[in-house]
Amino acid sequence: MSGKRAAAIVLRQFYLYRGSPARILPLFGWVAIDVLLWGFFSRYMNGIASPRLNFVPAFLGCVMMWDFLIRVMQGVTTTFFEDVWSRNFLNMFASPLSISEYVSGLVVSSIANSTVGLLTMLVFASAVFGLSFFIYGLPIVPLVLVLFVFGVTLGILSCAIVLRLGPAAEWLIWPLPALLSPLACVFYPLSALPRWLQVLARIIPPSYVFESMRGIVAGRGVSFGSVAAAGGMAIAYLALAGWFFTHIYGYAVRTGLIARYSAESVN
Amino acid sequence: MAPDVLSVSGLRKQYGSILAVDGISFRVAPNEIVGLLGPNGAGKTTTINMILGVLEPDAGSVRIEDVDLAKRRAEALARTNFVAVYSPLPGNLTVAQNLRFFGMIYGVANLTRRMEEVVEQFDLRRFRDTRCGVLSSGEQTRASLAKAMLNRPRLLLLDEPTASLDPSVAHDVRGMIRDATREGASGVLWTSHNMSEVEQVCDRVLFLSRGRILLEGDPRRLPAEHEKESLDELFIAVAREPLTLGKA
Repeated sequence: MSGKRAAAIVLRQFYLYRGSPARILPLFGWVAIDVLLWGFFSRYMNGIASPRLNFVPAFLGCVMMWDFLIRVMQGVTTTFFEDVWSRNFLNMFASPLSISEYVSGLVVSSIANSTVGLLTMLVFASAVFGLSFFIYGLPIVPLVLVLFVFGVTLGILSCAIVLRLGPAAEWLIWPLPALLSPLACVFYPLSALPRWLQVLARIIPPSYVFESMRGIVAGRGVSFGSVAAAGGMAIAYLALAGWFFTHIYGYAVRTGLIARYSAESVN
Repeated sequence: MAPDVLSVSGLRKQYGSILAVDGISFRVAPNEIVGLLGPNGAGKTTTINMILGVLEPDAGSVRIEDVDLAKRRAEALARTNFVAVYSPLPGNLTVAQNLRFFGMIYGVANLTRRMEEVVEQFDLRRFRDTRCGVLSSGEQTRASLAKAMLNRPRLLLLDEPTASLDPSVAHDVRGMIRDATREGASGVLWTSHNMSEVEQVCDRVLFLSRGRILLEGDPRRLPAEHEKESLDELFIAVAREPLTLGKA
């Protein structure tokens, strides 16, 4: 594997962002709006609920981490979509670039994107609503990592779907996090779900992350078994997503899909 | 003796019931420009896609300078490059950005210096910082050629590189390709529907019809060998009466 080829993908993203306010604004804009929206909501809840409850770390903190996962996923998918939008597949895949180099480039680009989003959220939440991530202590590190790995997984899965179904499938990808959010238990504890949905939620790593964050805020601490289970699941799903993307790429090469990839030729 | 830059053996591709390429074999030697000709649907682009590794053959092999594409893909494709009218460079990057990006992908040594060389060679200096999407067809073709020559490919694949150009620009582009390939001692596989262009640039042509190589030879002598006035006339005969010619 050549790090230089993966770096080329990251450099291409840098070039695109540098010359395009339309690409830069969403990195800061949407996350800032989300922090303001849910920050004011949390503050309002603090005003009407029991004084023992602090909704800012319990609620706003979870919303921010969910936003982080979405940014990670979109970091991967938008880098891939740049090749879809510019009809660049033939130039890319008729070159020495390997699939592992390409996917590595997508992931590193996503790290850069999501870090900007996360820093923006931290600064806003701290400055406007006084939320410090130190409240969660060291356990926040593995929890962020689980969300990062699962975000990358969703991103790679989305790329595979668009590669297989064509550019129009982009519209299936954008709402994917919203589709998962009821099971991720961002806004409520797992116990709020009906039993059959709890079973589904338990196979989604973010549900463990948000349960853990609420546990920390409530003073119950973190179950390291839960974090390990979430981490194990996230890594297993990542491996599955990688296999799925490689499988779809293989199908695209066997059928000629890559060579004639466009909205008109794929359905 | 230097190995062939391209060696295709028994290449076959079928889409459902349609046999697009039917077990073709051919070679391209260093410094040789080979024309791959044939009517629409004859299998030219399918063949090129298989040589570029973006389409998996059902049977057969592709070797680029003795490197098996199926087994050592990255190594084989590092010795190759291409220009196709249907695959322009990303329009949202400038010429220089595209060259740096693809130069890194192809692992070009001393990239900055090499970029300057191809920018000069294809007369792109004043478009260096212009986005490719706003260039004219001729300028875009020159930018694509600059990208294609960045890694000094041993095998250059050109799929109708002058298709959308006016005769004057096409003439200049042909000259640039000839000079660049002579300098780099590359072998070239060139598809075109412009028979006078083929006569000018190709050392040898392969006429493809229904996925098979029907005729092969010197484009300047081949028409007479088949009792035709010109390469154009021969092309029309291949397109309309391939069975008659196959027996000739």
